[in-house]
Amino acid sequence: MTTLAPARERAVRTAGPAAWAGTAGLVRHGLRRDRVRITVWALAVGGLIAYVGAAIPAAYPDQAALQTRAAIMTDPSGAFMTGPGYGLDDYTLGVMVANEMLGMVAVAVAVMSILAVVRHTRAEEEAGRADLVRAGAVGRSAPLAAALAVLVVANAAVGLVLLGALLVVGLVPADSLALVAGAATVGLVFGALAAVTAQLSAHARTASGAAGALLGLAYVLRGLGDAAERGGSVLSWTSPIGWAQQTRAFVDLRWWPLLPGVGLCALLVAAAFALAARRDVGAGLVPTRRGRVDARRALLSPTGLTWRTERATVAWWAVGLGVFAVLTGSLAQGVVESLEAQPALADVLGGGAAGDVLSSTLAAFLAFFAMAVAVFAVVATQRLTREEDAGRTGVVLAAAVSRPAWLGASFTVTVVGCAVLLLAAGLGLGLGAAASVGDAGLTPSLTLASLAYLPLVLCFGAAAALAHGLRTGAWWVWTLLVASILVGLYGPLLGLPDAVQDAAPFALVPRVPAEALTARAVVVPTVVAVVLVAAAGVALRRRDLTA
Amino acid sequence: MSSEHAPSSTSTSGTPAVEVRALTKSFGAVRALDGLDLTVAPGEVHGFLGPNGSGKSTTIRVLLGLLRADAGRVRLLGGDPWSDAVTLHRRLAYVPGDVNLWPQLTGGEVIDLLTSLRGRVDRARRAELLERFDLDPGKRTRTYSKGNRQKVALVAALAGDVELLVLDEPTSGLDPLMELVFQQCVREAVARGTTVLLSSHVLAEVEKLCDRVTIIRAGRTVQSGTLHELRHLTRSNVRVTTTQPPGAIRGIEGVHDVASHAGQLTFTVDDAALSQVMTVLAAAGIGNLVVTPPTLEELFVHSYGTAAAARPDAADAAGGAR
Repeated sequence: MTTLAPARERAVRTAGPAAWAGTAGLVRHGLRRDRVRITVWALAVGGLIAYVGAAIPAAYPDQAALQTRAAIMTDPSGAFMTGPGYGLDDYTLGVMVANEMLGMVAVAVAVMSILAVVRHTRAEEEAGRADLVRAGAVGRSAPLAAALAVLVVANAAVGLVLLGALLVVGLVPADSLALVAGAATVGLVFGALAAVTAQLSAHARTASGAAGALLGLAYVLRGLGDAAERGGSVLSWTSPIGWAQQTRAFVDLRWWPLLPGVGLCALLVAAAFALAARRDVGAGLVPTRRGRVDARRALLSPTGLTWRTERATVAWWAVGLGVFAVLTGSLAQGVVESLEAQPALADVLGGGAAGDVLSSTLAAFLAFFAMAVAVFAVVATQRLTREEDAGRTGVVLAAAVSRPAWLGASFTVTVVGCAVLLLAAGLGLGLGAAASVGDAGLTPSLTLASLAYLPLVLCFGAAAALAHGLRTGAWWVWTLLVASILVGLYGPLLGLPDAVQDAAPFALVPRVPAEALTARAVVVPTVVAVVLVAAAGVALRRRDLTA
Repeated sequence: MSSEHAPSSTSTSGTPAVEVRALTKSFGAVRALDGLDLTVAPGEVHGFLGPNGSGKSTTIRVLLGLLRADAGRVRLLGGDPWSDAVTLHRRLAYVPGDVNLWPQLTGGEVIDLLTSLRGRVDRARRAELLERFDLDPGKRTRTYSKGNRQKVALVAALAGDVELLVLDEPTSGLDPLMELVFQQCVREAVARGTTVLLSSHVLAEVEKLCDRVTIIRAGRTVQSGTLHELRHLTRSNVRVTTTQPPGAIRGIEGVHDVASHAGQLTFTVDDAALSQVMTVLAAAGIGNLVVTPPTLEELFVHSYGTAAAARPDAADAAGGAR
């Protein structure tokens, strides 16, 4: 009998108002920390939709043009990548946004939500800051409650900007609101899911990784469901993203498909609070595995160390790009058919010659993937700055490792990573296309062709290395890269002058494998990359280490 | 102001392991090092003392070639720490005060990595050190406490045969037992001929380990010398009972803080006045006498007290521009 007393007392303490003490202060603190992040996410998502709203009418001037786009979405692979395909018979801007963009927007909002919740819960515990906070007059449930409040504010902010963008491009308010509510519901569900995974694992990376994997699964489930049947099948209804798409916004609006998301969110939040109340601060419910007690030889060099810390990132990028490339490749036949119906569109994709629409289309796709790999090159090279700021570079340089050797090791890993990603993208594109049009020869030619972009992609990584050497911040590298991608992607669409389009880096490489590779496309970027890396080495040797 | 106190450095054979003269280093408008001097003789354990923010870590980062000196002469093991960094680093090991490690690697992997990047590894000593520091090498470093991360860096530094150990507050996360192990390991390294530069504000540790100390403040050297020499710069504490009241004590120049309590007399005395004090006490008939040398704490406080008093410019700066 006496043993019951403490248990009851603990239950009361957990549930009582004291458990929530300090929540308001933590919410203010969290919003202060995240104000820039939330603003950037809101502007990025809203800006994307506003851009699409402006670009689509320009690219597809009449209904016939829009219907060719709809035709691609009737294809199972088109449906897999986008949505259930409501309203394909009368494709309008609103229908297009709901069918093709909502899934993408929902994923973006979900990623933001997962990162926000983990950042304010498990990452704080792992960094040891949570101890400091909880040692104040802060209740057991307050940190999680505050993180969820930040989650709600972030989703509301993104939702408002998104709604504004939809209304500005002239879409119907009620359906626009349903679309926004759908995306926000997905964000809340995955934010709540991250709140649960943050209780299970002692590490922030594992927690966000697990929630992210389930997000990927949700997208694939609805994709399989949508591909199986126009309007979605049972599988579509197993996914929170599917629920958002089932509101049939801009076609035949219904609100009730959002209810399961609200319910699931409530369940996950309850589960997260229950788990949080039952564990120690800093502890996970899933134990951490023990590792090796000594190092393999492969680790014992700057290159080995960098590869070890980056290989998981490379692997995830390779899987992601590879899967996306297979799906894109499988669209090949559908794209070719619609392009043959709309010669004007073929110009946009850079393929003039009617006989070789397929080849030039796939070459254009390959260029898009090269742009994604260029983003990886910059992100990967920025690791140097992150390592320095974390104080780990000083530990390495205090051993017998020179600064150029350290930079060289990092860049070597970036070269290998970029090559792996280009091959994964080329192979995926080739496999998808080969299956779609029944030409096995596409796979080796696209795989090999992907490497033509390696020198160009590495130029951006080398520029990021120089930014690290000079410690200027990478903003100018990103500006350069984003401008290059925008001109490369939308130059034809926006009708930019030929001089500008030809000067853009991604125009330097011929549209392989449709066009022959030139020596200039290999030599010029290689020289530029080598010069930039050498300059980065010199700059790094001349400056102080910051941390 | 420090020159009048600075004792002549002990004569040693060979080039100093560390030689720093009039080192300055600024970060923007902040002058972190302002004419710092530091000499570490081969084979000695040199204590590097100073309050937080006085420039200890900045000096060490200059010595490691991570920062570039603005002005002054810096020599490390006979070489230039900036331009000869890699060759010099094969001969030294470094333990930072705040150890940041790769979260996905285990402690054992980090130890192997750091020792092999430096060059020389002694597997037997590695195993022995893991045992003595009671460190589990199979855990990932993100699960380690601050003390355990520090142990990883210490084992990596001590496992190789190096000429110089650069230790920047290496025991700030260790418990007292582990501090003892650390002190033992440092003594063993010194017995093998290793030179040690030990930055610290744990004075007891410095007293136990160091032959010579350099005390810095606001980027300048305040005192440098052996502990024995430095103790002469301040007063000894005297506690005495005498058969007759030694009335003349108060009149001796160099005697301070005289107080009597329950027949016991306590005061502090400059070394120069000691023999005169003893004459007076002997005449009064000594019942019991205890003379204790100044503790390092007193030395520390004394150094900063005189340094602050001798620097009216510092007071001006603190008072703001006029």
